[in-house]
Amino acid sequence: MKQNYEIDFSTGLSCPIPKSDYEHVLLAHGGGGTLSHQLISKLFFSQFDNEFLNEQHDSAIFNIDKSRLAFTTDSYVVQPIFFPGGNIGGLAVNGTVNDLVAAGARPLYISAGFIIEEGLLIEDLWKIVLSMKEAARKSGVKIVTGDTKVVDKGKGDKIFINTSGIGIIKEGINISPKRCVHGDKIILSGRIADHGIAIMSAREGLEFETAIVSDTAPLNELLDCIEKFGDKIHVMRDPTRGGLASSLNEIAEIANVGMLIEEEKISILDEVKGACEILGLDPLYIANEGKMIAIVDKEVADDVLIEWRKKELGKEAEIIGEVTSENPGTVVMKTTIGSKRIVDMISGEQLPRIC
Amino acid sequence: MKYLDEFRDGKAARKLSAEIKSVVTKPWQIMEICGGQTHSILKYSIEELLPEEITLIHGPGCPVCVTPLELIDKAIAIAQREDVIFTSFGDMLRVPGSKHDLLSIKAKGGNVKMVYSPLDAVKIAENYPDKNVVFFAVGFETTAPANAMSVIEAKRRGIKNYSILCSHVLVPPAIEALLSSKNNNIQGFLAAGHVCTVMGYEEYFPIAEKYNVPIVVTGFEPIDILQGILLTVKQLEAGKIEVQNQYSRVVTKEGNISAQKLLEEVFERTDRKWRGIGNIPSSGFKLKDEYSDYDAEKIFKVENIETEESPLCIAGEVLQGIKKPIECSAFGKECTPERPLGAPMVSTEGACAAYFHYGRYRHPEPALPSGRLVSES
Repeated sequence: MKQNYEIDFSTGLSCPIPKSDYEHVLLAHGGGGTLSHQLISKLFFSQFDNEFLNEQHDSAIFNIDKSRLAFTTDSYVVQPIFFPGGNIGGLAVNGTVNDLVAAGARPLYISAGFIIEEGLLIEDLWKIVLSMKEAARKSGVKIVTGDTKVVDKGKGDKIFINTSGIGIIKEGINISPKRCVHGDKIILSGRIADHGIAIMSAREGLEFETAIVSDTAPLNELLDCIEKFGDKIHVMRDPTRGGLASSLNEIAEIANVGMLIEEEKISILDEVKGACEILGLDPLYIANEGKMIAIVDKEVADDVLIEWRKKELGKEAEIIGEVTSENPGTVVMKTTIGSKRIVDMISGEQLPRIC
Repeated sequence: MKYLDEFRDGKAARKLSAEIKSVVTKPWQIMEICGGQTHSILKYSIEELLPEEITLIHGPGCPVCVTPLELIDKAIAIAQREDVIFTSFGDMLRVPGSKHDLLSIKAKGGNVKMVYSPLDAVKIAENYPDKNVVFFAVGFETTAPANAMSVIEAKRRGIKNYSILCSHVLVPPAIEALLSSKNNNIQGFLAAGHVCTVMGYEEYFPIAEKYNVPIVVTGFEPIDILQGILLTVKQLEAGKIEVQNQYSRVVTKEGNISAQKLLEEVFERTDRKWRGIGNIPSSGFKLKDEYSDYDAEKIFKVENIETEESPLCIAGEVLQGIKKPIECSAFGKECTPERPLGAPMVSTEGACAAYFHYGRYRHPEPALPSGRLVSES
């Protein structure tokens, strides 16, 4: 018997769709820049609207009884699925672990949802699973629940993975982009752009004398060693899609502060620099998967740096800049030649230049 | 890293800045015609290191920006065909046509692919013999040899389903057009380093002599540009009119002869319309008749193109250096990188985009007070 479903349009669907310059979703809407930001805030935030979402943090933070928990989710659609330094599986675990770390949480439990395209080699799936097992072991999380779907050939791109994660926040830790204030110091855990260029090299068949390898890694150790500074740690963020520039811009906008960073303090591997020059890409906007930004009270900045530098994943850490009161919402950079320029939010995808 | 570290060095920059300040005694207007140089000037805020006597004018050096609107509309019409795979460099994909851009055609299901090289497009044509593969061949002399090579390669391999939609433009005719315009106030030129890598710089001697302007072939790093400006200013102060080569680590007077031979084989000169400027005689390349099988304009006869430029866009005046982007009433308001009205706001080498991305916080009016783009709609 045919059933008729009554859909209640009174909430949400009867609202006029927000005015948009685009009828269709573009690739650029997933780029991590202004277009992504607009899509998320106009469509998702405006409709899902609640106090947790409005913090605009990578994770939602809430209290249950006496515990403060962080909850996050992320989806992985990288192509190719196997790349120098890792694969989509390890990436999916590390990425969600790092989002929890960025919320100041010790990661505990992960879920894994798989959307697999018909025809994927079982051997490839096995390698992905082993990589996830290893990543979970390294980061101390358990993969406790999951889901698997298979779609027709041509309807998926080999495999998509969604991971969600829960972590627990130690008392005294209070991380939020809104806590970023004038005078804070900005610390970056290491060199940038390795991951994005490793992917692009694999995708485009570019080869370098020294292979460029993804930096995918779980960053728990960078939180563990600075938990003792408590609420002097104001913001943490892992600069993934959209790169360092997008992460700093997002925080500057949410907190309504300015930032001044120094180009000379930002470390980039020579081969990565070379690849960016050839392709006409700006490394500031290229994804990282094993790096963390910390924005901290200036009183503890030097000590945080010392702690990070003791760790394998923080040994190249630098204080790259500070939070200012000038040009709120804008990130300004002192260039290598001593002048200043804006580090803008990228609008969509970075497009390699013609010449 | 070699050539990056020393040509982006702060100490060297300060030294050149001091030398320029010590040499200059009166106001001078210097133009660069190269999107890469415009980009670098804004990215490194070179003007902060110059005395106020020197005004840098950004010329029509962005090939993306000067591609005629009709050709963008033709490209979009071709890209919408089911039998076509349309390939292009990245920055052409976002240039607004009269109604759409190529990226939105892609989003609607059009087969539009970004490539890094025209030879990648030839490979696509080989792999998809039942499709017509078109490459959007845009650029100055710099990218022309690779595009010529792609046509020669396709012919050599017997690939019949490859063609180029050609919009090549040439720098020296543009310089002459600007210098002979009655609005002209340019006193010195920085010539485009990579154009000259291909073509050499012999063509600039008669121009320098005819119009009494020093021309200095200049590279792209901040130290290159400061050196180029210093050489130009020294000539102007001394009343000299010469063609000099600052970018000598890459450029020779004769240029790349093999590359020039490729151009002679495949292309011939033609009149070209420059978007925002108008027709400049003999200022472009088109495919020779013997290569008409590879000419997308001849293969796909796209008729009835009605173009529609935004009435607010002053790209023409910006491209000729008559106005700066921040003097445009739509800058940062109706016209932003997300909603560009004209090409200079799209391409990363366009003057408007460069000003918006790197420098607008120093010019709070007419841009938004916080310098932050927030869509108001």
